[in-house]
Amino acid sequence: MNIIQADHLKKSFGPVTAVDDVSLAVKEGEIFGFLGPNGAGKTTTIRMLTGVLTPDTGTVQINNIDIQRHPLDAKMQMGVIPESSTVYLDLSVEQNLQLSGKMYGMSRALREERITELLSRMGLQDRRRSPVRTLSKGLKQRVSVACAIIHCPRILFLDEPTSGLDVQSRRLVIDIIRHMNEQGSTIFLTTHNIEEANELCERVGIINKGKIVAQDSPVQLKKMFDTTQSVEVSFDHKVTRELFATAEITRIEPCGDRWRFYTNNPDHVVKYLAELAKAESLTITSITTSGPSLEEAFVQITECA
Amino acid sequence: MMEVPLLFRGIVVITGKDMRLYYTKPPVLMFGLLFPLFMFFAFFVGRHLDLVTFFPAFLAMMLFFTSSSVGPLITPWEKREKTYERLLSYPLTIESIILGDVLAGVIFGIGITFIVWVASSFFFHVPVAYAAMLVLAFFLGTLSCAALGALLASPASDSPPNVMIFSNLVRFPLIFISGIFVPLQEMQGWGQVLAYCSPLTYLVDLFNASFSGSSAFSPIADCVVLIAVIIGFILVARFIQVRNMIRGL
Repeated sequence: MNIIQADHLKKSFGPVTAVDDVSLAVKEGEIFGFLGPNGAGKTTTIRMLTGVLTPDTGTVQINNIDIQRHPLDAKMQMGVIPESSTVYLDLSVEQNLQLSGKMYGMSRALREERITELLSRMGLQDRRRSPVRTLSKGLKQRVSVACAIIHCPRILFLDEPTSGLDVQSRRLVIDIIRHMNEQGSTIFLTTHNIEEANELCERVGIINKGKIVAQDSPVQLKKMFDTTQSVEVSFDHKVTRELFATAEITRIEPCGDRWRFYTNNPDHVVKYLAELAKAESLTITSITTSGPSLEEAFVQITECA
Repeated sequence: MMEVPLLFRGIVVITGKDMRLYYTKPPVLMFGLLFPLFMFFAFFVGRHLDLVTFFPAFLAMMLFFTSSSVGPLITPWEKREKTYERLLSYPLTIESIILGDVLAGVIFGIGITFIVWVASSFFFHVPVAYAAMLVLAFFLGTLSCAALGALLASPASDSPPNVMIFSNLVRFPLIFISGIFVPLQEMQGWGQVLAYCSPLTYLVDLFNASFSGSSAFSPIADCVVLIAVIIGFILVARFIQVRNMIRGL
């Protein structure tokens, strides 16, 4: 059963078409990743799916409820974590959670129970009465996540939830996403972090210039580009990009103290690098080959589009 | 479908949030509380005016400033703090957000003005001709002024200072053309035409009718105009807010 069903969504701002004929379906209990470069239309799409924006054309069904015709019933099913930590800075952590619970019509007893549970899970017990203004960005995002899930929503929308967070907060947010999904919630996640999408999502949709250009599982998307593999190498001396010149390498990028080469023929590139090292009196300190990555699939799909 | 109870619950929750967050914000205290008091002192103190005669107009001015000072601040403040988007994603309609903001203005206006009225009674006695009409004047007055506040906030992006300046540009001229400092009967030509266009004129007139029993218009006409103003302001505020929804998100 599709718990999110969007058909032919279109949204323009003046002469700019931000989202153009986007259709997507997310199954109940799924973690769906929504990827795209900056300005591709991810946030506009998520705003239409959550009822914040009204599409120019097209429909959105949330659990078979038309969000334009019955916005309140549809919004009761969902929790939303917008891109920035949107909580009230002048209120305490507890007051923010109380307010969020009231918005969803929770009884006082249920609110108290959930607040205690969430503060514990989010590691915020000690900051219960602290004004949110005094918290770090990571802790603010935890409060934002807690506000969105206080009513145990069937669907959780997250817009770049781990962007700019420290490692601990990022891991906590990911754990919460997994936990919510295990409890039966459907997750709709937009992210820039391709590895995060690869790690978490059962299916991903890729949007570019307002249009959906691919929609499949990460494995299937990677298979579309299974001819593109990579070789990573590091030398004992620093070398420059100009040193590498062979027609078999389609793209070169530095990765810390290593170089990554994208190629359709890794055997040839490995041999080439060995010969190059010998000729330049370099020692190869490590060399690895990898299969196609979701990141490569993402780059290829968005560049082709 | 549970839309109607959700709508009303939304209004109550929004009002509670606004009361907790915005009543103590400096622009609200400045323009909602201190400013009308300063205006009173500037125009009445040391001028040997009959305070009993001018009290209804002063009370109307107080009600006007207090009730319309909360609304203009809320939406731009929420947009600046990036809480407006989350608000829109809650099970709330734009109507419940606007009506919640209006109700917060109403409670602030009635609360402050009532305190001023009670405090004033200690110093001089102002007879009330029609108590029920005074209650109605308070009710319609705060609603119309709070609705004006919500309307002034609706074209906002994310800059509270800009909206406060804009709202004062609208509010200040109104107090000079609405029979507060110059009685309506003494106005001439264009002054009187402008007075007829100001909703505050009808509020001052209704207060005059409540306190002294004499008024320029029929109290029923005052009430009808104020009800029309309340509905009109809220509908226009809704229209503009929906049109400007994306600005400042």
